[in-house]
Amino acid sequence: MQGKQVYAIADNIINSLGFSTTEVIQQIEAEQTGIYQHEIEAIYPTPFWASLVNNEQLQTQINKEFVGQSVEHYFTRLEQMFLLSIQDVLRQTNIDVKSKRVLIIIATTKGNIDLLEQANRDTWYYEKFAERLDMSYMGDVLQKYFGNPNQPLVVCNACISGVLAINIAQQLLQTEQYDHIIVTGGDLVSEFTLSGFFAFKAVCDGICKPYDQDRTGINLGEGVATVLLTTDAKLAQKYSKIRIGGGGSSNDANHISGPSRTGDGLNIAIQKAFKQAACSAQQIDYVSMHGTGTSYNDEMESKALGLANLLDKPMNSLKAYFGHTLGAAGLMETIVAMASMRKGLLFKSLGYTKHGVSQPIQVIQNTQKHKIDYCLKTASGFGGCNAALVLAKIES
Amino acid sequence: MNQLIEQLKVQIIQQLNLEDVEPQEINEDEVLFGGDLGLDSIDALELIVLLEREYGIKIKNQEEGKEVFVSVRTIAEFIDQNS
Amino acid sequence: MMKFTQSCRIHEKKIYRNEALFYSDQALDDKTNFKTFIKGAYKYLGQSYPKFFKMDRLSKLGFIAASVLFSDRVLSAYAPEEIAVVMANRHSTLVTDTKHCESIKNREAYFPSPSVFVYTLPNILVGEICIRYGFKGENAFFISNQFDQDFMYQYANLLFQSGETKACLVGWVDYKDEADYSAILHLLET
Repeated sequence: MQGKQVYAIADNIINSLGFSTTEVIQQIEAEQTGIYQHEIEAIYPTPFWASLVNNEQLQTQINKEFVGQSVEHYFTRLEQMFLLSIQDVLRQTNIDVKSKRVLIIIATTKGNIDLLEQANRDTWYYEKFAERLDMSYMGDVLQKYFGNPNQPLVVCNACISGVLAINIAQQLLQTEQYDHIIVTGGDLVSEFTLSGFFAFKAVCDGICKPYDQDRTGINLGEGVATVLLTTDAKLAQKYSKIRIGGGGSSNDANHISGPSRTGDGLNIAIQKAFKQAACSAQQIDYVSMHGTGTSYNDEMESKALGLANLLDKPMNSLKAYFGHTLGAAGLMETIVAMASMRKGLLFKSLGYTKHGVSQPIQVIQNTQKHKIDYCLKTASGFGGCNAALVLAKIES
Repeated sequence: MNQLIEQLKVQIIQQLNLEDVEPQEINEDEVLFGGDLGLDSIDALELIVLLEREYGIKIKNQEEGKEVFVSVRTIAEFIDQNS
Repeated sequence: MMKFTQSCRIHEKKIYRNEALFYSDQALDDKTNFKTFIKGAYKYLGQSYPKFFKMDRLSKLGFIAASVLFSDRVLSAYAPEEIAVVMANRHSTLVTDTKHCESIKNREAYFPSPSVFVYTLPNILVGEICIRYGFKGENAFFISNQFDQDFMYQYANLLFQSGETKACLVGWVDYKDEADYSAILHLLET
């Protein structure tokens, strides 16, 4: 379907590296990681490596942005990050968030899951916010704060949620039912997820090394990312250089937690994205992969790149900068990829030194200048799901 | 040893939700993975949890697990040597 | 044009295929719980799929609904990547989340289980259905406070318009507790 063009006109990232896209990109350019070893009894019994949003800095930002509103009394920690992120995006343009023609889409895997751990401890925090475990209700809370009249759409599809949410937003915008869609995604590092990934023996004891021979697993990360998408060509001219080309998703139909051994499923999603974006593998200048740093995932991705004829394209994983942010990952990494395109800069795939997958993929080893007109973003997750998205630079 | 093997069979059936499988249907010398039981990578991780919870034995990763989880007998021998 | 071809509905220990009663628990008293009901349905369907017993309640519910819907219909006319599965629910994986949380409550007996944790994502159900039937098309899982059929149909229609989806299983599979669960699956085709 060739409908109206969809553009990305404003964005924000909140994670361990900063509270705006600019701050985060500065840190990535400086090859700075936000992953550290933490000793927090309340989150895990033993020390763990993860990318966390600093609580004091979060409070400072909240107090600065929402003066006199006592936001911390009315919103959970994750919701506070959503508010900050959406607010930053709204400030960048003059769209009317209260319009019926604006929709909010939320990508998350577990929402306010920290509340359930708090239930184990009977804290006031749980007493106060218990009903917001319901992710649909959490969406309503954010919608009401901004005075938006439409019930938000909540996408909960494991680690592809972020990329999938952008794909869905593009499709909905092309129906012309909405003029603008705010796509936001977020997840926390909580005892819930951390203990689960530890049980999966999938957590790296150090900073993760995507595609490296010595990779041993993931680092979890937390944060929120938001992008404002529009079909308004005038706004696009003013604010954007990036167009959403098209996307697709697929299922491996193989195993609920183990990635496919062939990369066939991810390749299906990539081919769908190419078709929707009316572009070919040859046109792609850069691939932003999922690259979790687990043995099987990274190997599967290398095979998918082989099937898609993308082995010669520069590619990276951003996980060693700010960890695996689960439902937010696809969004956060798409926003970094858009910054790469605008700046004409390929970011080093941090953590990679010795080639460790079967296919000769071109992992970016040094941050370098490179013209990027077309970028492919991919994500894969539990449940055997895969998603891909093509971003295109608008000729000026 | 035989008592440990029988106990393990019961525990494995319970831990891995092998409904409709009776302990006597599991041959202690038969391969656990790639055999009739249809076990997968999550089951291997569950066996790690089982050994830690019931026998206090820690297995660091799936590689180490692979050597131990060949058959019910190899698991029993491993427990015998490590407890 | 998109057309509705098959359906399955499960609630209160009854299963309907295309709105006709397909299976109900014989002993419809309070003693039959979800576990015996869903196992009974599995046996009634004559399936041999041991992985079923490893699923959590949400996945079992959705899996049985799909099994009933596809019990007299095989989607052989479509390529695997042309078959999409799009689902929604309200309570995500609440029961399994609580179970996982129980396992990390006590630091002296801290044994989180990988096979419980993996089911703390609602789209695992979509994965289970795709694995069972070999569907490799579009996937999406939404959380909403009720089954919004209009939106689900609209989204399926957008997938059809893309030209790459030919059949789409849309549905609502929600499990809150013994007394509050439901599944509604519709098969849409071009």
